[in-house]
Amino acid sequence: MSDLPPKAPAPAEDAESEPRPGRVRKPIGWSTIIIAALVAVSATLVWRRDGSAGVLDILTHDLSLFGGILPRVLAGCLLGAFISEILPHEKVSRSLGPKSGLMGLLIGTAFGAILPGGPFTAYPVASALLAVGADFGATIAMVVSWTLIGYGRAVAWEIPIMGTDFTLWRIAISLPLPVLAGALGRFVYVRLYPKPLAKGDES
Amino acid sequence: MSAALLIDILLWGSVLGVGLIAFRRGPPVFKASLREGSMDFINIVPRIALGVIGSGYIAAIIPQEVITGWLGPDSGWLGVASAVVAGAATPGGPVIGFSIGTVALKSGGGVPQVVAYVVAWALFAFQRVILWEIPFMPARFVWFRCAVSVPFPFVAAAIAMVIGKP
Repeated sequence: MSDLPPKAPAPAEDAESEPRPGRVRKPIGWSTIIIAALVAVSATLVWRRDGSAGVLDILTHDLSLFGGILPRVLAGCLLGAFISEILPHEKVSRSLGPKSGLMGLLIGTAFGAILPGGPFTAYPVASALLAVGADFGATIAMVVSWTLIGYGRAVAWEIPIMGTDFTLWRIAISLPLPVLAGALGRFVYVRLYPKPLAKGDES
Repeated sequence: MSAALLIDILLWGSVLGVGLIAFRRGPPVFKASLREGSMDFINIVPRIALGVIGSGYIAAIIPQEVITGWLGPDSGWLGVASAVVAGAATPGGPVIGFSIGTVALKSGGGVPQVVAYVVAWALFAFQRVILWEIPFMPARFVWFRCAVSVPFPFVAAAIAMVIGKP
């Protein structure tokens, strides 16, 4: 509290007024264009191999998948928005920011491990954390921890298919990886994007 | 019913929980985040559509046999390296990824190679990156995260080699 510059009396208001830096807002970026091109090429190859029936088959299957996923995507977006609203920015940047040290990486790891749901929650929440002041390192630790030691996928898929022994053993091996990945991320980030870019984040 | 239903209950329960906290901070806070979340959703939907429909076509041109081939008899670090490529290139969801891993284990694949495969799949499976990570996260973060994660399937394989089988 005491470190705030004099012209920022209410941090909450400050957070409202400026657009969230880390949130994705551009509807079309390079990644989207590349993916669209990849999809077009793949669809053409499918069409040449299987004809229109093959293309339609995949389309109807994926459309129904899409319909089933949508409510979860909405839930993930709301979760991300609420979390970025209720987490105090100041505290987040202190405990998950660039200067948060090993503790920040451990917090990110723990957060990723306990996060409920699937990719439809992990990425919106990670994006929200970035927006409220977590650095790349802590966010990488969170994402890697969610994917490698999170219980969601392990319980739902890995244990039934690969067996309990393998899964627990694989998770045990993976335990140090999120912190290591976060540390490496931080190490590289500071060297790749020295000071000026570090705060403003996007573009 | 069980797993999917449980996920949905946990998911909407968490939304309700954080929503309640936001609401107790005052209706303006609640409304603002509700609008923010809905806008994110609307912005994300076209990309998710592209991802879901697109990855179906991409998956259709990468037959599963190709992946299994990469997880072949090669042992040692060359085998680990090709397992990492196989993990990244595996189309489809967790059922396919883990099933391929199980088949590899049963047909005599080395344990470190299978661990590298599963870890690489968890970290880089192109379908998840295209479908989920890129739409939701800043693109710069995604590429950075993937690049930084490259060593870790190898680290996992190395640990597996040191501590031995499950």
